[in-house]
Amino acid sequence: MTAMKKTVVCAAAALACSAVLADEIRNYRAEAVAMMKRDFKTRGIATADRVHEDGLQAVCNRTSDNPPKDIAARLERDQLEAVKYPTDGKLMGDWKAGEKLAQSGRGMTWSDKAGVPGGGNCYNCHQISPTETSFGTIGPSLYQFGKIRGNTPEMQKYAYGKIWNAKAFNLCSAMPRFGHAGALTESQIKDLVALLLDPQSPVNSK
Amino acid sequence: MKQRLSTLMVAAVMTASFAAHAQQPAKKAPPPAKAAAPAKKEGITAEFEKFREVLEEDNPAELFEAKGEDIWKNKKGPGGATMAQCDLGLGAGVVKGAYVQMPRWFADVGQVMDAERRIVHCMVKYLGYKEEDIRKQPFSNDQRTPDHVSVITYVAAQSRNLKIAAPQKHAKEIEAYRIGKEIFAYRAGPYDFSCATCHGDDGKRIRTQDLPNLRKPAEAVKAYQGWPGYRMTGGFMLTQQWRMNDCFRQQRFPEPTYLSDSITALLAYMTVTANGQVYKGPGIKR
Repeated sequence: MTAMKKTVVCAAAALACSAVLADEIRNYRAEAVAMMKRDFKTRGIATADRVHEDGLQAVCNRTSDNPPKDIAARLERDQLEAVKYPTDGKLMGDWKAGEKLAQSGRGMTWSDKAGVPGGGNCYNCHQISPTETSFGTIGPSLYQFGKIRGNTPEMQKYAYGKIWNAKAFNLCSAMPRFGHAGALTESQIKDLVALLLDPQSPVNSK
Repeated sequence: MKQRLSTLMVAAVMTASFAAHAQQPAKKAPPPAKAAAPAKKEGITAEFEKFREVLEEDNPAELFEAKGEDIWKNKKGPGGATMAQCDLGLGAGVVKGAYVQMPRWFADVGQVMDAERRIVHCMVKYLGYKEEDIRKQPFSNDQRTPDHVSVITYVAAQSRNLKIAAPQKHAKEIEAYRIGKEIFAYRAGPYDFSCATCHGDDGKRIRTQDLPNLRKPAEAVKAYQGWPGYRMTGGFMLTQQWRMNDCFRQQRFPEPTYLSDSITALLAYMTVTANGQVYKGPGIKR
């Protein structure tokens, strides 16, 4: 364990300790989690262990998605270090495949089948291509994403990393960690990067 | 019945024309990045609200209300027991206003129960329904609407236009609310979602579906209002327990056990948040 990682663990523990001091919160939180562990059952691919929070979720849960800045910065760095970039160095795939993927809201529910590739769920929360008017507003509009930012190697790397693990940039972001969670494959993420950054993509049309 | 059928057909035609209408904007020229989108959305919502108002004049949920009323008033269990013996919190057999005053503490079972849980409890206890059968198919599908769903619809309709007033007197009622509040905010699973991810802010939506901020009374009532609800797609009644179940599915969680403490707690949180708002009765959903 590196010195930096140790610091992070201690910082996270201190955070948990300060939450413990607020007696009421501790009791009801703990009871809620114990109750859910009792009541939620495996169905299909949605296994019962999913109600157990992981380390990052625990920090966000205990701080109402608002962790102290220095802790957030350290944990974001850890998340970013764990992003797996494609070994061939190519980050942009096919924007047309990306558009199809962005449309699909499937993946990882108990009604999804094991082994079937999931969707990007993108339009659920974001405006993307101007031709799709049925889009959600939980996330920001991504229309003109590449037009505004260009598609330099750095921008491609940012977009790939953001989709792979949104929490590497905003620790308690509402956006899933698609690569980290195994919800999207490397080639799927490449296609989504292309949807955002390819000059031919309708996202960047005038 | 003839009149009823014609009403349903009108409803079906309206649903179809609404669906057609809803798809139209997609063919139009792409809107500029931001400004045009919310306006279009409001257009669809307003259009649907109009249909809903017309439908609520003669709500298809009434069919299920009638069936539920018949079961409540006339069905006899082993030994001649009836639902007149069922105490929904306001005394044996009292239905008026009971729905909007649950979840509540029930001393006879030593539990806080939401409306659906209590009604199923009574149907098992007095009418001889088997709990394992109800658990086999707790929710309606296009093949079958279980009897308890009709009874829930009847009981809910008897609280129409009454103020939501889930009690917070008994320590266990307060506990259920507090635990429900924690469940609401609890992020977990492969997508890191909690209820609050979608329902914790104002003015958000998934695709074109509005997401009420369930932390606010005037918004929480929007979610409460719709259930039990007649779903036009499919033409059957769905309950609050179904709504919670399907939210957790989309949250990528494992499945909550039907009528479990977790769901009762979550409903306690949501209902108490909506306290003081007027319940308009079984709803209609797209």
